[in-house]
Amino acid sequence: MELYQDLKGQEPAWCPGCGNFAIREALIKAVMALGLAPKDFVIVSGIGQGAKMPHYLRCNTFNGLHGRSLPVATGLKIANHNLTVIAEAGDGDIYGEGGNHLIHTMRRNPNITLLVHNNQIYGLTKGQASPTSVPQLKTKTQPFGILSESLNPMALAVAMNASFVARGFAGDVEGLKNLMVEAVQHRGFSLLDILQPCVTFNKVNTYSWYRERVYYLKDHDPQDRIKAFEKALEWGDRIPLGIIYINKRPCFEDRIPVLKKGPLVLQGFELDKVKNQIFK
Amino acid sequence: MDISIRVGGEAGQGIQSIGELLLKLFSRMGFWIFSHQDYMSRIRGGNNFYQVRIADRPIHSSKQKIELLLALNQETVLLWKDDLTQDGLILLEKSGDPPEPSSKQLHVPFTSLAKEAGSPIYANTVATGSLLGMLGFSLNGLEDVVKDSFSKKGQTIADQNWKAFELGYQYAKRECLACSFKISQPDYSKRMILSGNEAIAWGAILSGVKFYSAYPMTPSTGILNHLAANAERFGLVVEQAEDEIAAINMALGASFGGVRAMTGSSGGGFALMVEGLSLAAMTETPIVIAEVQRPGPATGLPTRTEQADLLFVLFAGHGEFPRVCFAPGNPEQAIYLTNKAFDLAERFQIPCFIISDQYLADSTWSLKEIDWDKLVYRDFRVREGDHNYKRHKITPDGVSPLAIPGLIEGTVVTDSDEHDEEGHIIESASIRTQMVEKRLYKKLPHIKKEISAPSYYGPKAPKLLLVGWGSTLGVLLDVTEDLNKTIPTGLVHFSELWPFPEIRGCEAWEAIQRAEIKIGVENNASGQFAWLLKAETGMSLDKLILRYDGRPFYSDRLREELDGALSRP
Repeated sequence: MELYQDLKGQEPAWCPGCGNFAIREALIKAVMALGLAPKDFVIVSGIGQGAKMPHYLRCNTFNGLHGRSLPVATGLKIANHNLTVIAEAGDGDIYGEGGNHLIHTMRRNPNITLLVHNNQIYGLTKGQASPTSVPQLKTKTQPFGILSESLNPMALAVAMNASFVARGFAGDVEGLKNLMVEAVQHRGFSLLDILQPCVTFNKVNTYSWYRERVYYLKDHDPQDRIKAFEKALEWGDRIPLGIIYINKRPCFEDRIPVLKKGPLVLQGFELDKVKNQIFK
Repeated sequence: MDISIRVGGEAGQGIQSIGELLLKLFSRMGFWIFSHQDYMSRIRGGNNFYQVRIADRPIHSSKQKIELLLALNQETVLLWKDDLTQDGLILLEKSGDPPEPSSKQLHVPFTSLAKEAGSPIYANTVATGSLLGMLGFSLNGLEDVVKDSFSKKGQTIADQNWKAFELGYQYAKRECLACSFKISQPDYSKRMILSGNEAIAWGAILSGVKFYSAYPMTPSTGILNHLAANAERFGLVVEQAEDEIAAINMALGASFGGVRAMTGSSGGGFALMVEGLSLAAMTETPIVIAEVQRPGPATGLPTRTEQADLLFVLFAGHGEFPRVCFAPGNPEQAIYLTNKAFDLAERFQIPCFIISDQYLADSTWSLKEIDWDKLVYRDFRVREGDHNYKRHKITPDGVSPLAIPGLIEGTVVTDSDEHDEEGHIIESASIRTQMVEKRLYKKLPHIKKEISAPSYYGPKAPKLLLVGWGSTLGVLLDVTEDLNKTIPTGLVHFSELWPFPEIRGCEAWEAIQRAEIKIGVENNASGQFAWLLKAETGMSLDKLILRYDGRPFYSDRLREELDGALSRP
């Protein structure tokens, strides 16, 4: 069992009051609850403020390119499915730049967890619209407001028949931690979208804006896809939190015949043996 | 004996199946074989051909002039009749009307003979049998080859195909009065036939590749298919990615996870991978990338050949970092160089390239034996270690221990941002400087030492020196041999291109010094290698022969072009 202090990494370089602090707190607690040692899990992240997370936690880390965390995480999971693989990204990162990878990772269904720090704005590049920004938002690059429809990640995921679809809120560390634990424990691809206020650039979706609207789902059957779709579409006066959809289906690694012999990284290679097999 | 057979027709008519059956038949007979394909970017219609050249001595290229043309449609006759040699013949279907008498053509009723054998769908097998009959070969030992080719479809179909083959053979042998091919039975010895794409795939398997991800793109798709077909047998995972960006990132994820990983594409797909290439460099994650060129820009000529991505591959990627680029000249070199690419990629934690092209990818060569001693497998991964591990530790040669996450006690951390020895983000000027020097300056001299000098073929003191790289090796060898009958000719061929090899003092050096005229031969429009050669060595070539119509060089045509170039001042 790792101690809280042992899991903390470097001191974060986030703005004071940033929702990312709560996400980090929830993640450390989730890792403790899951009983994971730093060597046993990997955080693969993209680029953005949220994607800096693995530096602020003690863990194996592949902090790659903007939008590209999921293919890296998928390749890594195929190489060693004994590792717990968590991908972390922001809304611009995974719903914008990496949108195609998200769609196809949901199809593929590797046993990895994606945590999306969704603050509905670009933080690292200082306040441009993201795919989840609300239409009325005016920014330096969108002075007339945002002309495109907002992307609804929950509805997209239910439509894609993703394996695990949930929403959390950075304003509730304990609830978020519980969702993270469930997302990691779910066997298959888990999408946990986390509503996260950006105190510097998003003056619309603030802590109080979210607090007035969010509620945890009760008596909801996440295996009912139609109901799940209804909940996924709910946004505005009321925003549901919790597990929206669960689709129990075999995960990607379990369906690859070669991996039945154990993790790829532990399957050795002997040149002489292969030599004799080829060109006999 | 040296005979070229061209099988032409529309896409979808079974040209490739005929070509592949011919390869198997001639290979069983013990001939040296070279084949190449010329096909359009379509599934039906158009005009494609498959060309097979057989000889009783090693051959390395195709010729423009052919002895036999199997025309599956009339357009093929019109397109290629002028390529026939003086004794050349066209084989085609005998239809209802009596054919116009022509001593150049043999008409065989493919379909009715096929029906006699059991089904009209065996018409191509009748045609293949007819080709063998025209050439006058014995059918000894060929029954198994034909039957094996159809064995998957059941015993009856295999038997009926053999019957169809025999009927075609006998008809042609009986009716072809103009057939007068000089046939020699070769000195039989077992040989493999291998295409460039297959060779790269086998090279990867022989290097312990465990993960290959790619997005289908002609002409690189063969590598993906060959690896997928062999995945279960050799314990590797092959994944078709959603795009080339995902393909390279998946391969990097797998490599970070501790297994040997590779990706491949053609120019347009590699263009999408360039961001990931830079990521490989920054995170020092080993990767092997095959770039199977086709003519560009943009979609270009999807199914045709060119050597125009050389400088793109050499200089792709933002930022400064080392890489290795190999360009094999034939499937044999492709096996060894793919193996070497895996070894160097893991040893130096860098991207290594195999540059091929459609001509090499889809052509097949006869191969004597694999020199197993040339293959290496050295595992550079660190599988045990304590908490003090630093992924990007500064060392005298710039190479940090390459640990596998999850297997060591410590954590493995890397970043696409500039990072410190532990792998965490930094912006410090001094650490940045150290890291650039580690990745580039410190590794580079050690990488350079591993790069072999160009190969030299020919006399010590040639008058004429040909210079080429990559897939033109075969055609240049054939032309060099031919030219030596009249003018002392040498060939310098580069297959290890980057870091640019040291040529001073190498075997070719004396020939380079003594040659009176140096001619570069490249399948591109700007002489990219000639430019590189000049930039790296100061050496200028006197003339360039460039081909950029999307077609490969033929040895007979190239010979004519060289004669032309030599006769001009």
